[in-house]
Amino acid sequence: MSSADTTARAAGDSGGMRYLDSLPRRVVTVYVPLVLFVFVLLFPFYWMAITAVKPNNEMTNFNQFNPFWVVAPTLDHIRYLLLETSYPGWLWNTTLIAAAATFLSLIASVFAAYAIERMRFSGSRQIGLGIFLAYLVPPSILFIPLALMVFSLGLYDTKFALILTYPTFLVPFCTWLLMGYFRSIPFELEECALIDGASRWQILTRIILPLAVPGLISAGIFAFTLSWNEFIYALTFIQSSENKTVPVGVLTELVRSDVYEWGALMAGALVGSLPVVILYSFFVEYYVSSMTGAVKE
Amino acid sequence: MTTDTLGGVARRRPWISPHALRRNLVAWIFMLPAAALLVVFLTYPLGLGVWLGFTDARIGRPGMYVGLENFEMLWDDSVFWLSVFNTVLYTTVASLLKFALGFWLALLLNEHLPFKAFFRAIVLLPWVVPTVLSAIAFWWIYDAQFSIISWVLIKWGWIDAPINFLGDVANARASVIAANVWRGIPFVAITLLAGLQTISPSLYEAAALDGATAMQRLRYVTLPLLTPIIAIVMTFSVLFTFTDFQLIYVLTRGGPVNATHLMATLSFQRGISGGQLGEGAAIAVAMIPFLLAAILFSYFGLQRRRWQQGGTDR
Repeated sequence: MSSADTTARAAGDSGGMRYLDSLPRRVVTVYVPLVLFVFVLLFPFYWMAITAVKPNNEMTNFNQFNPFWVVAPTLDHIRYLLLETSYPGWLWNTTLIAAAATFLSLIASVFAAYAIERMRFSGSRQIGLGIFLAYLVPPSILFIPLALMVFSLGLYDTKFALILTYPTFLVPFCTWLLMGYFRSIPFELEECALIDGASRWQILTRIILPLAVPGLISAGIFAFTLSWNEFIYALTFIQSSENKTVPVGVLTELVRSDVYEWGALMAGALVGSLPVVILYSFFVEYYVSSMTGAVKE
Repeated sequence: MTTDTLGGVARRRPWISPHALRRNLVAWIFMLPAAALLVVFLTYPLGLGVWLGFTDARIGRPGMYVGLENFEMLWDDSVFWLSVFNTVLYTTVASLLKFALGFWLALLLNEHLPFKAFFRAIVLLPWVVPTVLSAIAFWWIYDAQFSIISWVLIKWGWIDAPINFLGDVANARASVIAANVWRGIPFVAITLLAGLQTISPSLYEAAALDGATAMQRLRYVTLPLLTPIIAIVMTFSVLFTFTDFQLIYVLTRGGPVNATHLMATLSFQRGISGGQLGEGAAIAVAMIPFLLAAILFSYFGLQRRRWQQGGTDR
């Protein structure tokens, strides 16, 4: 067998029928479109970042300065944001609310998913379907009645209003995702534990949960991101500046009708995006699996 | 603990045995936290919302039952019908574009590439970042005076004056759709990519040996195998696009002259900003039939998928 034959076979094994395409053809059909996609998808972030460090005179003077670059970068906008606005408080609120809502939802979802997937009680199938349907109920049709409830429960303008309402979209999602993970854990392990005299609680905490850690991480970071990004409830249920979350705070307090502080706005958008982006960069695989898992199951 | 061991046997009996009863009881205790949260903050508000649609409630004043009055008012309200039209237009155009571009991107990412994982990670970024914050970036990109797009086009000599992105009816609609598509492509692309990766390469090889061109392989191998996951992804996409609120609220607040008002933003404007809770709720209720259609579509999509995989319809 000649060496050319072997390389062709090796290429065929690793890349399907890729060896049928010539390089110039691949450049036009694959690389050029891909680079265009990446450019368009990333450009707003570049624009956000460059504006956040651009002095005001460069920002509005396109004739003397190339808008794509910054000549004298400045931290003024970020300093203004962190020292002269309530922004640090909003960051703290968002973190606290997202963490609490995620924690609450995870606990509720672990029990629910385990019960639906493994205990096979009467009506478990209907409840599983109900959970899926609950995931499809959008916040846009719930915010008005929820606003009324939040008001009559005396939760208006408190963090609890958000911590208690975010689970409406987190619990269905997490339960649905965890059901898929629990399904992948062999039944036999549980049966062994039952024979050895373990209770349901012990099976859950000693056997199922340790095995489902990847699922818990997926559900947890995903739920955290969803809570961090939530807008309509936070906009409706929170009024005072000190209780606002980052998305609401940036939009309602940094945007003044007379003059737009674009530098500060972009800095606010950038700093507000960083926590989820950092979290995402550490857990990319978990994100992808939870996103695809939610539709595939 | 012996009772649990016997539970498997007890389950098969036609009557409810004490073992099964106890098993059910434990299961219901496990279900309790999730069920309580969902019933109180999801099912009840859903019912309350429908009820509110039939009342004249305002902020700070409990409403009276007024029958179909809100809906009759909306029926004669040209702004409401404009918002319905906008929502359907926005959903249709944005979903089609998201599907076409997302599918294309998924096919590109499914190629054998260097730094494949890196590309996939980067592509998902628009979806991870808070919508409101990326929408603010788009607001700046669409600025009437200092838009970077206008600047580049003027530089290239394609246009003479800056484009009025958000101040003109057609431009504003195109701009918000573009921003929505930008945010939605990653979701479609990454989920379809996951579907593509499950298709065995040997099918393509077999098709190629039989003389199928690349286009034919796409049309007769990829698409049919991907149909179930496309149905589900697009249902989710349609659902979230239809009920979109954030993007419009940031970019246009429904303007110019209500040309970009969606049902969700109109519901917020009438219900919360205007204080007419009943009318706002009625607009939200009017969205439900559309959502039900999407959910039914998704349900049958799921059924079909199990069947295609050789599983049983549970």
